[in-house]
Amino acid sequence: HMDLNQQNCTNDAWGAARSAAQVWLSLVVGLIMLPAMFGVSLGITETYMKVLIKTLKWATFRIQKGRRERETLKPSPSNGIIQRDDGSMEKEIGELRRSRPKRPDGGDFTLSDVFYFSRKGLESIVEDEVTQRFSSEELVSWNLLTRTNNNFHYVSLRLTVLWGLGVVIRYCILAPLRITLAAIGISWLVIGTTVVGLLPSSRVKNWLSELVHLMCYRICARGLSATVHYHNKQNRPRKGGICVANHTSPIDVVILANDGCYAMVGQVHGGLMGVIQRSMVKSCPHIWFERSEMKDRHLVTQRLRDHVNDKTKLPILIFPEGTCINNTSVMMFKKGSFEIGGTIYPVAIKYDPQFGDAFWNSAKYNMVSYLLRMMTSWAIVCNVWYLPAMTQMEGEDAVQFANRVKSAIARQGGLVDLSWDGGLKRDKVKNTFKELEQKKYSSMVVGDDSSD
Amino acid sequence: MGSRGSTLSKIPNVDKLMQETGFSQAHIIRLHDRFRALDNDEKGYLCPQDFEAIKELAMNPIGDRIIGAFFAQGPQQETVDFNSFVKVLAHFRPTDKNRPKESTSPDPINSRTNKLKFAFQLYDQDKDGKISRDELLQVLRAMLEMQVTEEQLESITDRTIQESDTDRDNAISFEEFRKSLDKVNIEHKMSIRFLR
Repeated sequence: HMDLNQQNCTNDAWGAARSAAQVWLSLVVGLIMLPAMFGVSLGITETYMKVLIKTLKWATFRIQKGRRERETLKPSPSNGIIQRDDGSMEKEIGELRRSRPKRPDGGDFTLSDVFYFSRKGLESIVEDEVTQRFSSEELVSWNLLTRTNNNFHYVSLRLTVLWGLGVVIRYCILAPLRITLAAIGISWLVIGTTVVGLLPSSRVKNWLSELVHLMCYRICARGLSATVHYHNKQNRPRKGGICVANHTSPIDVVILANDGCYAMVGQVHGGLMGVIQRSMVKSCPHIWFERSEMKDRHLVTQRLRDHVNDKTKLPILIFPEGTCINNTSVMMFKKGSFEIGGTIYPVAIKYDPQFGDAFWNSAKYNMVSYLLRMMTSWAIVCNVWYLPAMTQMEGEDAVQFANRVKSAIARQGGLVDLSWDGGLKRDKVKNTFKELEQKKYSSMVVGDDSSD
Repeated sequence: MGSRGSTLSKIPNVDKLMQETGFSQAHIIRLHDRFRALDNDEKGYLCPQDFEAIKELAMNPIGDRIIGAFFAQGPQQETVDFNSFVKVLAHFRPTDKNRPKESTSPDPINSRTNKLKFAFQLYDQDKDGKISRDELLQVLRAMLEMQVTEEQLESITDRTIQESDTDRDNAISFEEFRKSLDKVNIEHKMSIRFLR
């Protein structure tokens, strides 16, 4: 009978756990999931955000007060720590050579020429435009997340308590909630799209497929506590077009798909991603490439072109940077997307770093740890601007067109417009860049009648 | 959250470093942040690959030599710690115009002479105190590579040595180097101004 007692106890424990889970689940479904599915807001998130903003403002005020009392360092925004003279090579080296008489052929070499290159080199060691874009943006004031606590030190007991409370709330309350929502969202997506896929092709099928996609992405967005402000909805991408946006993280897809239906483009993955991809494509045409197919640019362009030319198909979503950048700048847009033809609908996405850092540093974190970090941030707040449609103009080649679109996106999102290739995150700088510098310098050394 | 100055406490010998290099505390903290950002694997020191990863440095024609300046303490030096990092960068601090001209205290790292010595060492790779014809040729080749012919390189080298080599030993000593750059505004051109 000892065993029977023990069994009863465990049964009771299981029963209690089961009913707790049931209550939990029904709360989640009722208060969050159902409203999300129908695009209705109960105001819970708004209240949460208001409380959060007030708290962070108070925390910032306390830190600044503490800083003034101790006369410690001012916080340093990521806007440059050294003064860069943007003089051209000709101007700088010319000034170095000022004390020498000019030679008849205009070319010269002096021992002081090396000063220009050594100073440029050391400036880039202290600070460069590119490397900083591949790590998270520095915050001006702390937002009570441990992970952004770089230069901020102990201020007061109250702040520490608040931070501790924040940890408890984020890890014990918010994170499980978000994980539940994300799990529900993803499983709904797989099940829903598979079911819709069983229907014969018809307008009903398309409508249902869009509904399923939207609902599930909305649930996933709630799973990240994402608050998105969409601007200029009249410019939303239409069927048969191509939507291009700047890339900061895999979450960009959820953010955009929350407000519209897109045909995704990407590589075929294995595992959970593969399951999702395969089921999604059953209900509406997405474009998934095998790894081997991606190498054949002609094939890729052709498939995309075929999709775009079919005016009944959803607009394609492409991220021309090719890699995740830290949302302070926009890097070179690969011209492939701009050679397809069709109308381009540019979209600018800017995250507010105060509530959570959305940048995926793939060198530091893998996908799972990245998603967990997202789910233990305060919230994801971002602005999405739909820009007016653009088409390639007469006499403009793909690269110029790409740059034009990139500038428009950078301007709207308040991001720095860089021409560097995002691929530099992983690859070395091509020798051609160095050769360009050498060429510029050589015209100063051998003068105007150089032979080559 | 820890005791006062979580970053400051990670930097050893801050006061000594400030004294030797003349950087302010704020600047040293900024440089430490940069040091840590360049140190991808969080080793606590930098190796040549960390420098080679800086894109703008990779397109500098004498990028390799500049990297070499950080590893110049010994022939087999493979790592540079934060103190050495800052000391090399200190060469490019703007000169303090208010320094009194005593000859008793040693020259600060960013004096005109020390800036010249830094530039001299970019040329003088074998550190024998002279820039030989061959060393000058190598620098020119690095800066110009494919853009000029070998004959042009040689003639530029010969011309440069002729202009500066006053004692006719076919090499440029440090004094000859200094003299030929007498009129150049080194304090301005070999300085990096920190914004804060």
